[in-house]
Amino acid sequence: MFTEKTLRQVRQGREEWEIGVEKISKEKPERKKRFSTVSDLEINRIYTPEDIKDSDFERDIGYPGFSPFTRGCQPTMYRGREWTFRMFSGMGTAEDTNKRWHLLLKEGETGLSTAFDFPTLMGYDSDSSRAMAEIGKCGVAIDTLRDFEILTDRIPLDTVTTSMTINPPAPILWAMYLVVAEKSGIGWDRVGGTIQNDMLKEFVAQKTLMLPPEPSVRIISDTVEFGTKYVPRWNTISISGYHIREAGSTAVQELAFTLADGIAYVQDVMERKKLDVDSFAPRLSFFFNSHLDFFEEIAKFRAARRMWAKIMKDRFKAKDPRSWWMRFHTQTAGCSLTAQQPFNNVIRTTTEALAAVLGGTQSLHTNSLDEVLALPSEFAATIALRTQQILAEETGVDNTIDPMAGSYFVESLTNQMEEEAWKYIQKIDDIGGMLAAIEQGFPQKEIANAAYHYQKQIDKGEKVVVGVNKYAVKEDNSLQILKIDEEVERKQIARLKEVKKVRDNRRVVQTLSDLRTASETDKNLMPYVLEAVKEYATEQEICDVWREAFGEYHDPGFY
Amino acid sequence: MYGGKPLENIMTQDSIEKANNSQRKLRILVAKPGLDGHDRGAKIVARAYRDAGFEVIYTGLHQTPEQIVSAALQEDVDLIGLSCLSGAHMTLFKQVLDLLNAYKTDIPIIVGGIIPEDDIPRLKEMGISEVFLPGAPLDTIVDRTRENVKPRY
Repeated sequence: MFTEKTLRQVRQGREEWEIGVEKISKEKPERKKRFSTVSDLEINRIYTPEDIKDSDFERDIGYPGFSPFTRGCQPTMYRGREWTFRMFSGMGTAEDTNKRWHLLLKEGETGLSTAFDFPTLMGYDSDSSRAMAEIGKCGVAIDTLRDFEILTDRIPLDTVTTSMTINPPAPILWAMYLVVAEKSGIGWDRVGGTIQNDMLKEFVAQKTLMLPPEPSVRIISDTVEFGTKYVPRWNTISISGYHIREAGSTAVQELAFTLADGIAYVQDVMERKKLDVDSFAPRLSFFFNSHLDFFEEIAKFRAARRMWAKIMKDRFKAKDPRSWWMRFHTQTAGCSLTAQQPFNNVIRTTTEALAAVLGGTQSLHTNSLDEVLALPSEFAATIALRTQQILAEETGVDNTIDPMAGSYFVESLTNQMEEEAWKYIQKIDDIGGMLAAIEQGFPQKEIANAAYHYQKQIDKGEKVVVGVNKYAVKEDNSLQILKIDEEVERKQIARLKEVKKVRDNRRVVQTLSDLRTASETDKNLMPYVLEAVKEYATEQEICDVWREAFGEYHDPGFY
Repeated sequence: MYGGKPLENIMTQDSIEKANNSQRKLRILVAKPGLDGHDRGAKIVARAYRDAGFEVIYTGLHQTPEQIVSAALQEDVDLIGLSCLSGAHMTLFKQVLDLLNAYKTDIPIIVGGIIPEDDIPRLKEMGISEVFLPGAPLDTIVDRTRENVKPRY
């Protein structure tokens, strides 16, 4: 990007400047010996054209909407359409969550995102002994189609898109969505949304576990195939780095492991389903974390897009430019929030949201200030939504596309992120791919090491957490947090009993038995799940069929 | 019996004497009860204990109270550390305590995670020896354990 002459002049100027700086800093040393990001990546004093001398504008930066997509997926980005304000929400019963959804939509939210409780996430019904005390606590409890009908009551499924954070039972919840849409006369070609459906990262982080890796990936490929044929606007996997980061990874690890998971899914669908890569790749979507280190995050997002374009083009020989693009959702970092002085979390979330926007996200969840203590109260959730609205409507950060491009620092950091992430991907390839790496515990141990390293840095005061290891005060914590009424558990179990009584149990048994038989073959299981869901089979009844057919996976507890 | 007391009071004259004659390292079970998948904190604490020279058994996720108590008994541990971030702590911790009582064992329990302030006195009344909240430095957890808990055999 620069002529030899310019670079020579820069180098000379830089050397002279450094000599001056060294003199000054002998008298007045810099605050720290080493400056580094949240992920402990060392950062230089300044960046100059020299740091990006090997970059090529057309090849590495280019234009939004065009390969390598460093600057964004769409040609007009936020000038065309703002990112989607998609607040992750769910609590208590389906009625409680439906009420919160209507409130958020009324307040200007533009997309829905569902948080399920732990029993739902893990494939247990509310009347299971494993569900005790967890019902409706970390999200909404869903046992059957009946709950889902209540959850989506008066929600316009043809205009609003819905994301569902659900993994092992993803096909079941997706089937519920499709059946509800069908019942309200909305064709599958008109519904849009996302199921997370990314099991590989579950073995590494988040850990909603059910089946072993192999059958998990098989079922995911079934959903990709089904979506490709019948639900063209649905994102059947949301390949997620978010949870990897929450588990304590560095930004580079988040980037690398997410892309490596993506590679594994594409490969499986191509091999198992014999689908042409361009038939399904455009519907793959991604999900990243936006942490506190502002520039590191922006660089990560930009590098992610560029890397995925290369992977799709070079590795999988995709021809359709829409297969090359990486669309992603972002959530601000839950793990960066503090229980201490919780109002400070608004500021953290704001800068994280800004990094996501400058990084070109397609949709965004901003955490509520109380999310480290409980599910968000209405008060806190509204501030979080307003944070996005202020960024979008008042700050002008969306006036031009990718305003960070061309910054010596940001471009250099983007390159560095990419280089470091390729090393990890190479290492995973050498192990034999992501499934083999997971079996060895490779990503798990890398993340555990990074998490421990970061905690040590906090304990030593090398990394500051305001209100925790610096500026701590004695607090009178009077924040009103949301408590889930114990009544939720009683109500939910009562409804489940009622559904089991009134449904046609002979049909339920038949559909479950059909699913069991199909599970022994390589048939696509989605049609069987849809049949069972229509008959009001419970989530656990369906999951139990799979547990029996494929066996259960237990956390090996790498640390 | 020393389970069920605050961390500072769990050692008696008798158990201190036993500990002084003990040749073995402090053995700690770190466990994640329930369906909660947040294991970052538990694993970091397990690691800090290991680095401090204790013997650590980490159960992995999604353990039932029965599995936790059975592991504690089989491994003859001196302390159980439970972590819960899902909001189910009152029920799950109590189940572990009840089972320990049923087996007439007095292994003390310390806990950590997302635990509202209001619940802390109730947990202590129930028999939890100590509650560590987010932000507790690892050294504090390790030091308080080292000072107050000794090998039982």
